[in-house]
Amino acid sequence: MNLLVVKALLWALLLGPAAWLGFHVYELIYDPTPALGPLGADPVEYIVRFLGEWGLRILLLSLLLSTLARRLKKPVIIRVRRLVGLFAFAYVSAHLVGYVWLLAEARWGEIIADVFDRPYITVGLLGWVTLLPLAVTSTRGWQRKLGRNWKRLHQLVYVAVIAGVVHLFWLTKDGFEEVVVYALITALLLAERRFKGTRRT
Amino acid sequence: MSRNQFIEPNSSEITPEAVYADRRRWLQKAGAGLAVGAGLALTGGCSAEDAEAGTGLAAPENTGSVDENGVDWEQKTSELDEAVTPSSYATAYNNFYEFGTSKSDPAENAHVLTTSPWTVEIAGEANKTGTFDLDEVLRGVAEEDRIYRLRCVEAWSMVIPWRGVPLGEVLKKFEPNSKAKFVKFTTLYRPEEMSGQASLFNSIDYPYVEGLRIDEAMNDLALLGTGMYGKPLPNQNGAPLRLVVPWKYGFKSIKSIVKIEFTESQPRNSWNVLQASEYGFYANVNPAVSHPRWSQASERRLPGNLLSRKRIDTLPFNGYGEQVASLYAGMDLSKYF
Repeated sequence: MNLLVVKALLWALLLGPAAWLGFHVYELIYDPTPALGPLGADPVEYIVRFLGEWGLRILLLSLLLSTLARRLKKPVIIRVRRLVGLFAFAYVSAHLVGYVWLLAEARWGEIIADVFDRPYITVGLLGWVTLLPLAVTSTRGWQRKLGRNWKRLHQLVYVAVIAGVVHLFWLTKDGFEEVVVYALITALLLAERRFKGTRRT
Repeated sequence: MSRNQFIEPNSSEITPEAVYADRRRWLQKAGAGLAVGAGLALTGGCSAEDAEAGTGLAAPENTGSVDENGVDWEQKTSELDEAVTPSSYATAYNNFYEFGTSKSDPAENAHVLTTSPWTVEIAGEANKTGTFDLDEVLRGVAEEDRIYRLRCVEAWSMVIPWRGVPLGEVLKKFEPNSKAKFVKFTTLYRPEEMSGQASLFNSIDYPYVEGLRIDEAMNDLALLGTGMYGKPLPNQNGAPLRLVVPWKYGFKSIKSIVKIEFTESQPRNSWNVLQASEYGFYANVNPAVSHPRWSQASERRLPGNLLSRKRIDTLPFNGYGEQVASLYAGMDLSKYF
Protein backbone atom coordinates (compact mmCIF):
# COMPACT_ATOMS: atom_id res chain seq x y z
CA MET A 1 0.00 0.00 0.00
CA ASN A 2 1.07 3.50 -0.68
CA LEU A 3 2.77 5.05 2.36
CA LEU A 4 0.70 8.18 1.92
CA VAL A 5 -2.54 6.21 2.10
CA VAL A 6 -1.35 4.45 5.23
CA LYS A 7 -0.46 7.77 6.80
CA ALA A 8 -3.86 9.21 5.93
CA LEU A 9 -5.56 6.20 7.46
CA LEU A 10 -3.45 6.52 10.61
CA TRP A 11 -4.33 10.20 10.90
CA ALA A 12 -8.01 9.34 10.72
CA LEU A 13 -7.65 6.51 13.20
CA LEU A 14 -5.64 8.48 15.73
CA LEU A 15 -7.80 11.57 15.42
CA GLY A 16 -10.90 9.44 15.98
CA PRO A 17 -10.94 9.47 19.80
CA ALA A 18 -10.19 13.19 19.90
CA ALA A 19 -12.93 13.92 17.38
CA TRP A 20 -15.44 11.85 19.34
CA LEU A 21 -14.48 13.62 22.54
CA GLY A 22 -14.51 17.03 20.88
CA PHE A 23 -17.99 16.45 19.52
CA HIS A 24 -19.40 15.58 22.95
CA VAL A 25 -17.52 18.41 24.66
CA TYR A 26 -19.05 20.77 22.09
CA GLU A 27 -22.48 19.34 22.93
CA LEU A 28 -21.88 19.96 26.63
CA ILE A 29 -20.80 23.53 26.08
CA TYR A 30 -23.56 24.22 23.60
CA ASP A 31 -26.27 22.99 25.97
CA PRO A 32 -25.96 24.69 29.36
CA THR A 33 -28.13 22.09 31.11
CA PRO A 34 -27.10 18.96 29.31
CA ALA A 35 -28.80 15.66 29.81
CA LEU A 36 -26.55 12.93 31.07
CA GLY A 37 -24.49 12.17 27.97
CA PRO A 38 -21.74 9.70 27.14
CA LEU A 39 -19.26 11.71 29.19
CA GLY A 40 -21.26 10.88 32.31
CA ALA A 41 -22.07 12.83 35.42
CA ASP A 42 -18.52 14.11 35.81
CA PRO A 43 -17.39 15.03 32.29
CA VAL A 44 -14.23 16.72 33.53
CA GLU A 45 -12.97 13.54 35.14
CA TYR A 46 -14.05 11.58 32.08
CA ILE A 47 -12.20 13.85 29.65
CA VAL A 48 -8.95 13.76 31.61
CA ARG A 49 -9.06 10.00 32.02
CA PHE A 50 -10.02 9.45 28.38
CA LEU A 51 -7.09 11.51 27.10
CA GLY A 52 -4.64 9.76 29.43
CA GLU A 53 -5.79 6.28 28.48
CA TRP A 54 -5.62 7.03 24.76
CA GLY A 55 -2.16 8.54 25.25
CA LEU A 56 -1.01 5.29 26.83
CA ARG A 57 -2.68 3.13 24.18
CA ILE A 58 -1.14 5.07 21.32
CA LEU A 59 2.26 5.02 23.00
CA LEU A 60 1.99 1.24 23.26
CA LEU A 61 1.00 1.16 19.58
CA SER A 62 4.20 3.01 18.68
CA LEU A 63 6.21 0.38 20.56
CA LEU A 64 4.29 -2.35 18.79
CA LEU A 65 5.18 -0.83 15.41
CA SER A 66 8.89 -1.27 16.11
CA THR A 67 8.27 -4.86 17.06
CA LEU A 68 6.24 -5.51 13.92
CA ALA A 69 8.77 -3.83 11.65
CA ARG A 70 11.47 -6.08 12.98
CA ARG A 71 9.49 -9.30 13.19
CA LEU A 72 7.82 -8.90 9.80
CA LYS A 73 11.06 -7.56 8.29
CA LYS A 74 9.14 -4.55 6.97
CA PRO A 75 11.30 -1.55 7.87
CA VAL A 76 8.81 0.67 6.05
CA ILE A 77 6.59 0.44 9.15
CA ILE A 78 9.17 2.50 11.03
CA ARG A 79 8.34 5.39 8.73
CA VAL A 80 4.91 5.83 10.29
CA ARG A 81 6.17 5.40 13.85
CA ARG A 82 7.00 9.09 14.28
CA LEU A 83 3.41 10.03 13.47
CA VAL A 84 2.08 7.59 16.05
CA GLY A 85 4.58 8.72 18.67
CA LEU A 86 3.68 12.37 18.15
CA PHE A 87 0.00 11.55 18.49
CA ALA A 88 0.73 9.81 21.78
CA PHE A 89 2.57 12.91 22.93
CA ALA A 90 -0.37 15.09 21.88
CA TYR A 91 -2.87 13.00 23.84
CA VAL A 92 -0.65 12.85 26.92
CA SER A 93 -0.10 16.62 26.72
CA ALA A 94 -3.85 17.21 26.43
CA HIS A 95 -4.28 14.91 29.43
CA LEU A 96 -1.84 17.07 31.41
CA VAL A 97 -3.53 20.30 30.35
CA GLY A 98 -6.88 18.75 31.25
CA TYR A 99 -5.64 17.92 34.73
CA VAL A 100 -4.22 21.40 35.32
CA TRP A 101 -7.00 23.40 33.75
CA LEU A 102 -10.16 21.31 34.15
CA LEU A 103 -9.58 19.10 37.19
CA ALA A 104 -7.34 21.22 39.37
CA GLU A 105 -8.77 24.43 37.86
CA ALA A 106 -5.28 25.93 37.87
CA ARG A 107 -5.08 26.07 41.66
CA TRP A 108 -1.31 26.15 41.50
CA GLY A 109 -0.72 25.75 45.23
CA GLU A 110 -2.64 22.47 45.23
CA ILE A 111 -1.05 21.35 41.96
CA ILE A 112 2.47 21.87 43.28
CA ALA A 113 1.52 20.03 46.49
CA ASP A 114 0.11 17.24 44.28
CA VAL A 115 3.39 16.92 42.37
CA PHE A 116 5.40 16.56 45.55
CA ASP A 117 3.02 14.64 47.79
CA ARG A 118 1.19 12.33 45.45
CA PRO A 119 3.41 9.69 43.81
CA TYR A 120 0.96 9.00 40.99
CA ILE A 121 1.05 12.65 39.97
CA THR A 122 4.85 12.74 40.29
CA VAL A 123 5.33 9.69 38.12
CA GLY A 124 2.70 10.87 35.63
CA LEU A 125 4.49 14.17 35.21
CA LEU A 126 7.77 12.29 34.86
CA GLY A 127 6.24 10.36 31.99
CA TRP A 128 5.27 13.52 30.16
CA VAL A 129 8.64 15.17 30.81
CA THR A 130 10.35 12.09 29.35
CA LEU A 131 8.24 12.30 26.21
CA LEU A 132 8.99 15.97 25.67
CA PRO A 133 12.59 15.63 24.32
CA LEU A 134 11.46 12.68 22.21
CA ALA A 135 8.80 14.80 20.54
CA VAL A 136 11.22 17.68 20.01
CA THR A 137 13.91 15.47 18.47
CA SER A 138 11.54 13.43 16.36
CA THR A 139 12.39 15.28 13.15
CA ARG A 140 14.78 13.97 10.56
CA GLY A 141 17.03 16.98 11.16
CA TRP A 142 17.49 16.11 14.81
CA GLN A 143 17.94 12.48 13.93
CA ARG A 144 20.86 13.39 11.70
CA LYS A 145 22.28 15.83 14.20
CA LEU A 146 22.21 13.33 17.08
CA GLY A 147 23.40 10.37 15.05
CA ARG A 148 23.88 7.31 17.24
CA ASN A 149 22.75 9.24 20.30
CA TRP A 150 19.29 9.67 18.81
CA LYS A 151 18.53 6.02 19.29
CA ARG A 152 19.96 6.11 22.77
CA LEU A 153 17.85 9.13 23.67
CA HIS A 154 14.74 7.54 22.31
CA GLN A 155 15.16 4.59 24.66
CA LEU A 156 13.50 7.01 27.08
CA VAL A 157 10.19 5.92 25.61
CA TYR A 158 10.45 2.86 27.85
CA VAL A 159 10.67 5.09 30.92
CA ALA A 160 7.62 6.99 29.68
CA VAL A 161 5.47 3.94 29.07
CA ILE A 162 6.38 2.36 32.40
CA ALA A 163 5.66 5.68 34.11
CA GLY A 164 2.26 5.69 32.41
CA VAL A 165 1.35 2.22 33.64
CA VAL A 166 2.60 2.93 37.17
CA HIS A 167 0.66 6.23 37.16
CA LEU A 168 -2.52 4.33 36.28
CA PHE A 169 -1.78 1.62 38.84
CA TRP A 170 -1.25 4.12 41.65
CA LEU A 171 -4.42 6.04 40.96
CA THR A 172 -6.50 2.88 40.87
CA LYS A 173 -8.21 2.28 44.21
CA ASP A 174 -9.57 -1.13 43.43
CA GLY A 175 -10.64 -3.09 40.36
CA PHE A 176 -7.26 -3.68 38.78
CA GLU A 177 -8.32 -5.46 35.61
CA GLU A 178 -7.58 -2.51 33.32
CA VAL A 179 -4.15 -1.88 34.80
CA VAL A 180 -3.35 -5.56 34.54
CA VAL A 181 -4.13 -5.52 30.81
CA TYR A 182 -1.91 -2.48 30.17
CA ALA A 183 0.87 -3.92 32.33
CA LEU A 184 0.73 -7.26 30.50
CA ILE A 185 0.94 -5.61 27.08
CA THR A 186 3.83 -3.44 28.25
CA ALA A 187 5.62 -6.45 29.74
CA LEU A 188 5.16 -8.43 26.51
CA LEU A 189 6.55 -5.62 24.36
CA LEU A 190 9.52 -5.13 26.64
CA ALA A 191 10.19 -8.83 27.02
CA GLU A 192 10.13 -9.26 23.25
CA ARG A 193 12.87 -6.64 22.98
CA ARG A 194 14.90 -8.21 25.74
CA PHE A 195 14.93 -11.60 24.09
CA LYS A 196 15.12 -10.58 20.46
CA GLY A 197 18.05 -12.07 18.54
CA THR A 198 19.91 -8.90 17.59
CA ARG A 199 20.31 -5.64 19.47
CA ARG A 200 19.10 -3.61 16.47
CA THR A 201 15.68 -1.99 16.62
CA MET B 1 -29.73 33.34 60.35
CA SER B 2 -26.24 32.03 60.86
CA ARG B 3 -24.72 30.52 57.75
CA ASN B 4 -23.28 27.66 59.71
CA GLN B 5 -26.45 26.69 61.41
CA PHE B 6 -28.03 23.46 60.36
CA ILE B 7 -31.63 24.13 59.51
CA GLU B 8 -34.30 21.55 59.98
CA PRO B 9 -36.54 21.25 56.94
CA ASN B 10 -39.68 23.36 57.05
CA SER B 11 -42.51 21.45 58.59
CA SER B 12 -44.28 21.70 55.25
CA GLU B 13 -41.44 19.75 53.71
CA ILE B 14 -41.61 16.90 56.17
CA THR B 15 -43.79 14.01 55.20
CA PRO B 16 -46.90 14.04 57.37
CA GLU B 17 -47.19 10.98 59.52
CA ALA B 18 -50.43 9.90 57.94
CA VAL B 19 -48.87 9.96 54.52
CA TYR B 20 -45.83 7.92 55.39
CA ALA B 21 -47.86 5.52 57.46
CA ASP B 22 -50.07 5.03 54.48
CA ARG B 23 -47.05 4.62 52.29
CA ARG B 24 -45.66 2.05 54.68
CA ARG B 25 -48.87 0.05 54.44
CA TRP B 26 -48.68 0.38 50.70
CA LEU B 27 -45.12 -0.83 50.79
CA GLN B 28 -46.14 -3.89 52.71
CA LYS B 29 -48.70 -4.66 50.10
CA ALA B 30 -46.12 -4.13 47.41
CA GLY B 31 -43.76 -6.39 49.28
CA ALA B 32 -46.44 -9.04 49.21
CA GLY B 33 -45.94 -9.13 45.51
CA LEU B 34 -48.94 -7.17 44.33
CA ALA B 35 -46.94 -4.42 42.78
CA VAL B 36 -43.64 -6.05 41.95
CA GLY B 37 -44.71 -7.31 38.57
CA ALA B 38 -46.18 -3.98 37.66
CA GLY B 39 -42.75 -2.52 38.20
CA LEU B 40 -43.91 0.09 40.61
CA ALA B 41 -41.19 2.18 42.06
CA LEU B 42 -41.86 1.77 45.74
CA THR B 43 -40.27 -1.65 45.90
CA GLY B 44 -36.96 0.09 45.43
CA GLY B 45 -36.01 -0.61 41.85
CA CYS B 46 -36.48 -3.28 39.28
CA SER B 47 -36.91 -6.81 40.34
CA ALA B 48 -34.57 -9.36 38.84
CA GLU B 49 -37.37 -10.77 36.73
CA ASP B 50 -37.96 -7.45 35.01
CA ALA B 51 -34.33 -7.22 34.09
CA GLU B 52 -34.10 -10.71 32.72
CA ALA B 53 -37.32 -10.57 30.80
CA GLY B 54 -36.13 -7.53 28.88
CA THR B 55 -39.65 -6.94 27.69
CA GLY B 56 -38.90 -3.41 26.60
CA LEU B 57 -41.32 -2.14 29.20
CA ALA B 58 -40.15 1.02 30.82
CA ALA B 59 -37.96 0.21 33.79
CA PRO B 60 -39.64 0.93 37.10
CA GLU B 61 -38.90 4.60 37.31
CA ASN B 62 -37.25 5.37 40.56
CA THR B 63 -35.86 8.56 39.13
CA GLY B 64 -37.30 12.03 39.10
CA SER B 65 -37.38 14.34 42.06
CA VAL B 66 -41.02 15.08 42.83
CA ASP B 67 -42.33 13.29 45.90
CA GLU B 68 -45.85 12.16 46.72
CA ASN B 69 -46.69 15.61 48.11
CA GLY B 70 -45.67 17.35 44.93
CA VAL B 71 -42.45 18.70 46.45
CA ASP B 72 -39.74 18.93 43.79
CA TRP B 73 -36.53 18.18 45.67
CA GLU B 74 -34.31 19.33 42.81
CA GLN B 75 -35.58 22.85 43.35
CA LYS B 76 -34.46 22.88 46.97
CA THR B 77 -31.27 24.27 48.42
CA SER B 78 -29.12 23.31 51.37
CA GLU B 79 -28.86 25.41 54.53
CA LEU B 80 -25.82 27.03 52.91
CA ASP B 81 -27.98 27.94 49.93
CA GLU B 82 -26.32 25.37 47.66
CA ALA B 83 -28.35 23.97 44.79
CA VAL B 84 -29.37 20.33 45.04
CA THR B 85 -27.55 18.06 42.55
CA PRO B 86 -29.89 16.86 39.77
CA SER B 87 -31.11 13.36 40.59
CA SER B 88 -30.05 12.10 37.15
CA TYR B 89 -26.46 12.77 38.23
CA ALA B 90 -26.73 11.45 41.77
CA THR B 91 -28.18 8.18 40.49
CA ALA B 92 -25.68 7.74 37.64
CA TYR B 93 -22.36 8.50 39.33
CA ASN B 94 -21.81 6.13 42.23
CA ASN B 95 -19.04 4.44 44.11
CA PHE B 96 -20.59 1.07 44.93
CA TYR B 97 -17.78 -1.35 44.14
CA GLU B 98 -20.05 -4.33 44.73
CA PHE B 99 -21.39 -3.52 41.27
CA GLY B 100 -18.11 -2.53 39.61
CA THR B 101 -15.38 0.01 40.16
CA SER B 102 -16.29 2.54 37.50
CA LYS B 103 -18.68 5.31 38.53
CA SER B 104 -21.23 4.29 35.92
CA ASP B 105 -21.11 0.55 36.75
CA PRO B 106 -23.58 0.61 39.66
CA ALA B 107 -26.30 2.32 37.62
CA GLU B 108 -25.78 -0.31 34.92
CA ASN B 109 -25.52 -3.39 37.11
CA ALA B 110 -27.45 -2.78 40.32
CA HIS B 111 -30.92 -3.33 38.84
CA VAL B 112 -30.55 -7.09 39.34
CA LEU B 113 -30.33 -6.72 43.10
CA THR B 114 -33.30 -8.17 44.96
CA THR B 115 -34.21 -5.73 47.70
CA SER B 116 -37.47 -7.28 48.83
CA PRO B 117 -37.69 -9.22 51.05
CA TRP B 118 -34.93 -7.59 53.09
CA THR B 119 -33.89 -8.50 56.60
CA VAL B 120 -31.44 -6.84 58.95
CA GLU B 121 -29.62 -8.76 61.64
CA ILE B 122 -29.19 -6.87 64.88
CA ALA B 123 -26.37 -8.39 66.92
CA GLY B 124 -23.92 -7.82 69.72
CA GLU B 125 -24.18 -5.75 72.88
CA ALA B 126 -27.91 -5.07 72.99
CA ASN B 127 -30.93 -6.48 74.76
CA LYS B 128 -32.93 -7.03 71.62
CA THR B 129 -31.07 -8.93 68.97
CA GLY B 130 -32.09 -11.18 66.12
CA THR B 131 -33.01 -10.97 62.48
CA PHE B 132 -35.76 -8.51 61.63
CA ASP B 133 -37.70 -7.62 58.58
CA LEU B 134 -36.70 -4.17 57.31
CA ASP B 135 -40.16 -2.90 58.17
CA GLU B 136 -39.77 -3.97 61.78
CA VAL B 137 -36.42 -2.22 62.03
CA LEU B 138 -37.90 1.06 60.87
CA ARG B 139 -41.30 0.77 62.56
CA GLY B 140 -42.23 3.52 64.95
CA VAL B 141 -39.56 5.97 63.83
CA ALA B 142 -40.77 8.89 61.75
CA GLU B 143 -39.26 9.30 58.33
CA GLU B 144 -37.66 12.68 57.59
CA ASP B 145 -36.33 14.52 54.58
CA ARG B 146 -32.93 16.14 54.94
CA ILE B 147 -30.67 17.90 52.48
CA TYR B 148 -27.01 17.06 53.10
CA ARG B 149 -23.74 17.66 51.33
CA LEU B 150 -22.06 14.41 50.25
CA ARG B 151 -18.28 14.74 50.16
CA CYS B 152 -16.37 11.85 48.60
CA VAL B 153 -12.79 11.17 49.67
CA GLU B 154 -11.96 11.49 45.95
CA ALA B 155 -12.59 15.24 46.29
CA TRP B 156 -15.90 15.55 44.49
CA SER B 157 -19.17 16.41 46.17
CA MET B 158 -22.90 16.62 45.63
CA VAL B 159 -25.90 17.97 47.52
CA ILE B 160 -28.47 15.24 48.11
CA PRO B 161 -32.00 15.40 49.53
CA TRP B 162 -32.19 12.23 51.58
CA ARG B 163 -35.18 10.53 53.10
CA GLY B 164 -34.62 8.37 56.14
CA VAL B 165 -34.93 7.83 59.85
CA PRO B 166 -32.58 9.13 62.56
CA LEU B 167 -30.04 6.36 63.15
CA GLY B 168 -29.96 6.91 66.92
CA GLU B 169 -33.70 6.44 67.30
CA VAL B 170 -33.54 3.14 65.46
CA LEU B 171 -30.55 1.93 67.46
CA LYS B 172 -32.25 2.79 70.77
CA LYS B 173 -35.14 0.50 69.92
CA PHE B 174 -32.77 -2.45 70.27
CA GLU B 175 -31.58 -1.29 73.70
CA PRO B 176 -27.79 -1.30 73.39
CA ASN B 177 -26.13 -2.09 76.73
CA SER B 178 -23.23 -0.35 78.45
CA LYS B 179 -20.66 -2.40 76.55
CA ALA B 180 -21.90 -1.05 73.23
CA LYS B 181 -19.09 1.38 72.41
CA PHE B 182 -19.22 1.05 68.63
CA VAL B 183 -21.69 0.17 65.91
CA LYS B 184 -20.56 -2.05 63.06
CA PHE B 185 -22.50 -2.13 59.78
CA THR B 186 -22.25 -4.79 57.11
CA THR B 187 -23.34 -4.68 53.46
CA LEU B 188 -25.08 -7.56 51.74
CA TYR B 189 -22.78 -10.27 50.35
CA ARG B 190 -24.45 -11.80 47.32
CA PRO B 191 -21.94 -12.26 44.48
CA GLU B 192 -24.56 -13.80 42.20
CA GLU B 193 -26.28 -10.41 42.09
CA MET B 194 -23.35 -8.15 42.96
CA SER B 195 -21.02 -8.61 40.02
CA GLY B 196 -18.19 -6.65 41.62
CA GLN B 197 -18.03 -9.09 44.50
CA ALA B 198 -17.45 -11.88 42.02
CA SER B 199 -14.65 -10.07 40.17
CA LEU B 200 -11.17 -11.58 40.34
CA PHE B 201 -9.51 -8.20 40.34
CA ASN B 202 -10.92 -6.59 43.43
CA SER B 203 -8.99 -6.39 46.62
CA ILE B 204 -11.73 -5.40 49.07
CA ASP B 205 -12.50 -8.33 51.32
CA TYR B 206 -16.28 -8.49 50.97
CA PRO B 207 -18.70 -8.05 52.62
CA TYR B 208 -18.05 -4.35 53.02
CA VAL B 209 -17.91 -3.24 56.64
CA GLU B 210 -18.15 0.20 58.21
CA GLY B 211 -18.35 1.46 61.74
CA LEU B 212 -19.14 4.40 63.96
CA ARG B 213 -18.45 5.20 67.56
CA ILE B 214 -21.71 4.90 69.48
CA ASP B 215 -21.86 8.65 70.20
CA GLU B 216 -21.32 9.38 66.50
CA ALA B 217 -24.12 6.98 65.66
CA MET B 218 -26.41 8.68 68.19
CA ASN B 219 -25.71 12.15 66.77
CA ASP B 220 -28.80 13.81 65.34
CA LEU B 221 -27.25 14.19 61.90
CA ALA B 222 -26.71 10.46 61.39
CA LEU B 223 -29.43 9.05 59.23
CA LEU B 224 -30.46 5.60 58.09
CA GLY B 225 -31.37 6.41 54.52
CA THR B 226 -34.31 4.76 52.82
CA GLY B 227 -34.82 7.23 50.01
CA MET B 228 -33.62 10.27 48.12
CA TYR B 229 -35.34 13.00 46.10
CA GLY B 230 -38.56 12.00 47.79
CA LYS B 231 -38.41 8.50 46.33
CA PRO B 232 -37.20 5.15 47.60
CA LEU B 233 -33.47 4.61 47.17
CA PRO B 234 -32.43 3.36 43.74
CA ASN B 235 -30.38 0.18 44.01
CA GLN B 236 -27.18 1.88 42.89
CA ASN B 237 -27.53 4.32 45.79
CA GLY B 238 -27.72 1.58 48.40
CA ALA B 239 -31.30 0.31 48.48
CA PRO B 240 -33.11 -0.46 50.59
CA LEU B 241 -31.19 0.76 53.62
CA ARG B 242 -27.99 2.78 53.86
CA LEU B 243 -26.11 4.98 56.25
CA VAL B 244 -25.85 8.75 55.72
CA VAL B 245 -23.21 10.47 57.85
CA PRO B 246 -22.72 13.81 56.13
CA TRP B 247 -19.71 15.03 58.12
CA LYS B 248 -17.63 12.05 57.01
CA TYR B 249 -16.23 11.02 53.64
CA GLY B 250 -18.72 9.14 51.52
CA PHE B 251 -17.20 5.69 52.01
CA LYS B 252 -18.41 5.76 55.63
CA SER B 253 -22.01 5.90 54.42
CA ILE B 254 -22.29 2.17 53.84
CA LYS B 255 -24.96 0.91 51.43
CA SER B 256 -27.45 -1.99 51.35
CA ILE B 257 -27.06 -2.81 55.04
CA VAL B 258 -27.93 -6.32 56.24
CA LYS B 259 -26.33 -6.32 59.67
CA ILE B 260 -25.97 -3.86 62.52
CA GLU B 261 -23.81 -5.01 65.40
CA PHE B 262 -23.08 -3.27 68.70
CA THR B 263 -19.46 -3.93 69.64
CA GLU B 264 -17.18 -3.18 72.53
CA SER B 265 -14.06 -2.75 70.42
CA GLN B 266 -13.57 -0.58 67.36
CA PRO B 267 -14.51 -2.48 64.20
CA ARG B 268 -12.13 -2.29 61.25
CA ASN B 269 -13.77 -0.73 58.23
CA SER B 270 -13.12 -2.22 54.79
CA TRP B 271 -11.07 0.62 53.28
CA ASN B 272 -8.98 0.81 56.42
CA VAL B 273 -8.27 -2.92 56.16
CA LEU B 274 -7.27 -2.49 52.52
CA GLN B 275 -5.06 0.59 52.94
CA ALA B 276 -4.66 1.82 56.50
CA SER B 277 -2.27 4.60 55.49
CA GLU B 278 -4.96 6.17 53.31
CA TYR B 279 -8.27 5.47 55.00
CA GLY B 280 -8.85 5.85 58.71
CA PHE B 281 -11.70 4.80 60.93
CA TYR B 282 -13.00 8.30 61.57
CA ALA B 283 -12.75 9.70 58.02
CA ASN B 284 -14.13 13.07 59.06
CA VAL B 285 -14.11 15.57 56.21
CA ASN B 286 -11.06 17.68 56.98
CA PRO B 287 -9.43 20.12 54.56
CA ALA B 288 -6.39 20.31 56.84
CA VAL B 289 -5.55 16.62 56.62
CA SER B 290 -4.36 15.67 53.17
CA HIS B 291 -4.97 12.23 51.71
CA PRO B 292 -2.07 10.52 49.92
CA ARG B 293 -4.02 10.58 46.66
CA TRP B 294 -6.11 13.71 46.89
CA SER B 295 -5.59 17.08 48.44
CA GLN B 296 -8.61 17.55 50.65
CA ALA B 297 -8.35 21.33 50.71
CA SER B 298 -10.93 21.73 47.99
CA GLU B 299 -13.54 19.71 46.15
CA ARG B 300 -15.36 19.72 42.83
CA ARG B 301 -19.08 20.18 43.20
CA LEU B 302 -20.91 18.04 40.67
CA PRO B 303 -22.35 18.32 38.12
CA GLY B 304 -19.28 19.77 36.56
CA ASN B 305 -19.68 22.37 33.88
CA LEU B 306 -16.83 22.84 31.47
CA LEU B 307 -17.24 26.58 31.36
CA SER B 308 -17.74 27.42 34.99
CA ARG B 309 -15.45 26.81 37.89
CA LYS B 310 -16.83 24.21 40.25
CA ARG B 311 -13.96 23.80 42.67
CA ILE B 312 -14.83 25.08 46.10
CA ASP B 313 -13.04 25.09 49.43
CA THR B 314 -13.80 22.09 51.60
CA LEU B 315 -15.29 22.90 54.99
CA PRO B 316 -14.19 21.19 58.23
CA PHE B 317 -16.65 18.37 59.02
CA ASN B 318 -18.16 19.14 55.62
CA GLY B 319 -19.81 22.22 57.11
CA TYR B 320 -21.41 20.39 60.04
CA GLY B 321 -18.84 21.35 62.68
CA GLU B 322 -21.42 23.02 64.87
CA GLN B 323 -23.29 19.74 65.24
CA VAL B 324 -20.40 17.28 65.47
CA ALA B 325 -17.09 18.98 66.37
CA SER B 326 -17.73 18.39 70.08
CA LEU B 327 -17.62 14.63 69.47
CA TYR B 328 -13.92 14.96 68.79
CA ALA B 329 -12.89 17.46 71.46
CA GLY B 330 -9.30 16.90 72.49
CA MET B 331 -8.55 14.42 69.70
CA ASP B 332 -5.66 14.92 67.30
CA LEU B 333 -7.60 14.72 64.05
CA SER B 334 -4.45 14.41 61.95
CA LYS B 335 -3.69 11.22 63.87
CA TYR B 336 -7.26 9.95 64.02
CA PHE B 337 -8.03 10.74 60.37
